[in-house]
Amino acid sequence: MRTMVPEKPKGFAWLVVGAAALWMGLAILLPLVSVFVEAFRQGAAAYFASFQDPDAQAAIKLTLQVALVAVPLNALFGLAAAWLIAKFEFAGKGLLLTLIDLPFSLSPVISGLVWVLVFGANGWFGPLLDQLGVRIIFTYTGILLATILVTFPFVARELIPLMQAQGTDEETAAVTLGAGGRDIVWRVTLPNIAWALVYGVLLCNARAMGEFGAVSVVSGHIRGLTDTMPLHVEALYNDYNFVAAFAVASLLAGLALVTLAVKTLLEWRFSSELASGARR
Amino acid sequence: MALTLSLPRLREPSVLPGFWPALGFTVAYLSLIVLIPLAALIARPWEHGLADFWRTVTDSRVLAALRLSFGAAFIASLVNLVMGLITAWALVRYDFPGRRLLDAMVDVPFALPTAVAGIALATLYAPNGWIGALLAPLGVKVAYTPLGVLVALIAVGLPFIVRSVQPVLQDLDAEIEEAALTLGAGRWRRIRTVVLPAVAPALVTGFSLAFARAVGEYGSVIFIAGNMPLRSEIAPLLIVIKLSQFDYAGAAAVGLAMLVLSFAALLVINIGQALLLRRGR
Amino acid sequence: MSGVSQASSHPARAAEDGGRAQGLAVKDVAKRFGRFPALKGVSISAEPGEFLALLGPSGSGKTTLLRIIAGLETPDAGTVFLQSEDFLAQTPRERRVGMVFQSYALFRHMTVAKNIAFGLEVLPRAQRPRKAEIKARVKQLLALIQLEDLGGRYPRQLSGGQQQRVALARALAIEPRVLLLDEPFGALDAKVRKELRYWLRRIHDETGVTTIFVTHDQEEAMDLADRVAVLKEGRIEQVGAPEALHEHPASAFVFDFLGESNRLPCHLSGDLAAFDGFSAPAVVAPGASGNTTAWFRPHETELSGEGPGLGVTVTGVHNQGGLVRVDLSAADGSTFEVDLPRVSRPTGLGVGAQLKLRPRRVFVFADAPVP
Repeated sequence: MRTMVPEKPKGFAWLVVGAAALWMGLAILLPLVSVFVEAFRQGAAAYFASFQDPDAQAAIKLTLQVALVAVPLNALFGLAAAWLIAKFEFAGKGLLLTLIDLPFSLSPVISGLVWVLVFGANGWFGPLLDQLGVRIIFTYTGILLATILVTFPFVARELIPLMQAQGTDEETAAVTLGAGGRDIVWRVTLPNIAWALVYGVLLCNARAMGEFGAVSVVSGHIRGLTDTMPLHVEALYNDYNFVAAFAVASLLAGLALVTLAVKTLLEWRFSSELASGARR
Repeated sequence: MALTLSLPRLREPSVLPGFWPALGFTVAYLSLIVLIPLAALIARPWEHGLADFWRTVTDSRVLAALRLSFGAAFIASLVNLVMGLITAWALVRYDFPGRRLLDAMVDVPFALPTAVAGIALATLYAPNGWIGALLAPLGVKVAYTPLGVLVALIAVGLPFIVRSVQPVLQDLDAEIEEAALTLGAGRWRRIRTVVLPAVAPALVTGFSLAFARAVGEYGSVIFIAGNMPLRSEIAPLLIVIKLSQFDYAGAAAVGLAMLVLSFAALLVINIGQALLLRRGR
Repeated sequence: MSGVSQASSHPARAAEDGGRAQGLAVKDVAKRFGRFPALKGVSISAEPGEFLALLGPSGSGKTTLLRIIAGLETPDAGTVFLQSEDFLAQTPRERRVGMVFQSYALFRHMTVAKNIAFGLEVLPRAQRPRKAEIKARVKQLLALIQLEDLGGRYPRQLSGGQQQRVALARALAIEPRVLLLDEPFGALDAKVRKELRYWLRRIHDETGVTTIFVTHDQEEAMDLADRVAVLKEGRIEQVGAPEALHEHPASAFVFDFLGESNRLPCHLSGDLAAFDGFSAPAVVAPGASGNTTAWFRPHETELSGEGPGLGVTVTGVHNQGGLVRVDLSAADGSTFEVDLPRVSRPTGLGVGAQLKLRPRRVFVFADAPVP
């Protein structure tokens, strides 16, 4: 089978290319450009002044603190789940795969809602936790839990197909050569999936830092305390403080662009070491 | 050892280490993060009785919100079906300047935080925005109307279709198409009889991914929607409103209704896809 | 090259192993996968330094047996001993067997040198050789597999045959007490297969390690091994030296599996097989008698224009180097193959010719299925 080689467009083809470019320009490029234009509408000084605001700095700090815990936890989970699913045969594997994918089909708002149902003031464990003096909803912990749920499948989804394709041959060979568990994981398995892990962590991190709906439900919107960057964008926007809103938004957009650039680079450079077709 | 011997069907023996720790951690983490919270979503809508649940989900405001979320998601995904196919086609078949950049750009909606997309779209389509100002003289209002919801959902759904169809188009056997060409088939006939049947399953997959995402979309919609009850209020927003009134059962009821409806819709789409596949390409 | 021989570099180990005497004994081993019985009670032993082939069609259980010896599968019943050590009580790591996988299973992100060194680098600290020693040993092994200059390459940069050799060097690096090879040449093309075959035998003779290899290719097994065990449906049909297997096959299955064969009904009296109007000397397996089937090889068959013999019609003539392969069919529809040296090719041999077929020698078995 021969795959398609792109040809130089002519005639009708330009119509197709033009339609695609116009569409992408309208739906993707224009909103992206407008973020930066709006952010600099009153000049660079006003733009940078937006980050002097202690609330903005607190939001940036909180976002980093959440991602710093949520991403490694989900990466650890992704590794354990992928090791389990790709290297062993056991009953219930299909069900496990379905459950791992489940958070992808949840509305972000539902991913926040469920935590309120469990830990909120009227939640299952709310009253009990209240007596113990522990608060989860409207605190860092709640934001963390919502973020973890939303970004739950990212690393696992990246690793599972790759490790399944790689099979167990190399690990089995390592066993016959006398390697123990630690040597197998560190010397054989991890180097084989390193780039896919980076890729998954990258996407997981982008989503963790940019999550809005789920976090919005559990945050309580206390400025300087429980507002993450996306929530701070909303608060500023609702205050008609557009320059500051777009300034913070431009940081998030920049993060997205850097993520995409690195992702594209990884896809070019290491396409054979990433799970093929599992782009998301 | 005794356990593995007594339960031979549950687990194939393996010389690789770490099965039990990996299983333990995976199941514990999954339960804590996904299963227990979801159990609450399934259990809690009923705490004031079945009648109360029914009253909540058939309330006219809830029904209007569900209709808007699902209807706009469906239409947006249909629009993206066409435009996504055209975009994928252009990216795979033609070598034009900026192709690689355009290709990389497709993923932007995956990575761009929804709140950022939301305020950008709201500003663009506001009556004094870049696009809104162009449309205003024509009497078209986008921001703060259901049309605004549609625009936002189109913007988030595009990559799903493109990324589903792209690999299939890439692998489409060039010779089949060339054979059709040498047999004298015209362009439209070629597309209809050769290309479309081949990409149809991928189109359906992309459609269902885009649809599922659009139904639950929140951040990119609420800024542009105007959020008027019965008119431009989406279902996820209603959940937020009910929560702010401490109506947990009501919020859970709307959430469960959304989940059940979207699984039902995906089931119908999947059955359709299976029929499509069985008819042969 | 002699520097790679087993005993020299680790005297302590050699002593602990009792020199090179490392007989392997497999007894009554059975294994089933779900409802499928892969091995139904197999016993076989390998002498120290022996080169043993496990030969059989796919599904005969040969790979399962190999994996049980390696410790990658656990048998349901039976014992595996190396000398006086109970192998089944040991982990794969403790057994110290070298295994070469059909897919090679080289570590794709490690260089050739790193691949070979792996088994030494994962040894517990107390037993691990020093860095310089490991390096020297890798160098020796690279020389042994004649890839001295390719230590820095990655597996994907090597040809199939080169990868195969690296896999073998990696297995030899741990100074295995038994070397196991699973279809070692399965993924290679015919020419490379043959080259590597003799090379493998030479390596075995140099290192003296007890070697067991699995193959479905009878020519490979007969060419290479000291002894061949023929497996069928989870049982051993026959074990013996290649010559013995050829001259005294124990069953029709073994005879058929070891080469192309013809079949003809006969009546056995003593060591003579009687056919319709002619007869041939028979090698008679115990238990065979009366009306039975005679089996014979294409190259032990004569064709002539007249005289006694079975009337056959030529349906095809193929020139194969020094031989001529003739396809024939009898009046009842049964078919035969005959190999004739080119020089003794009878005149008038062409498709449609009517000839007489006569086996020079036949084999008769107790289990012969009627054709």
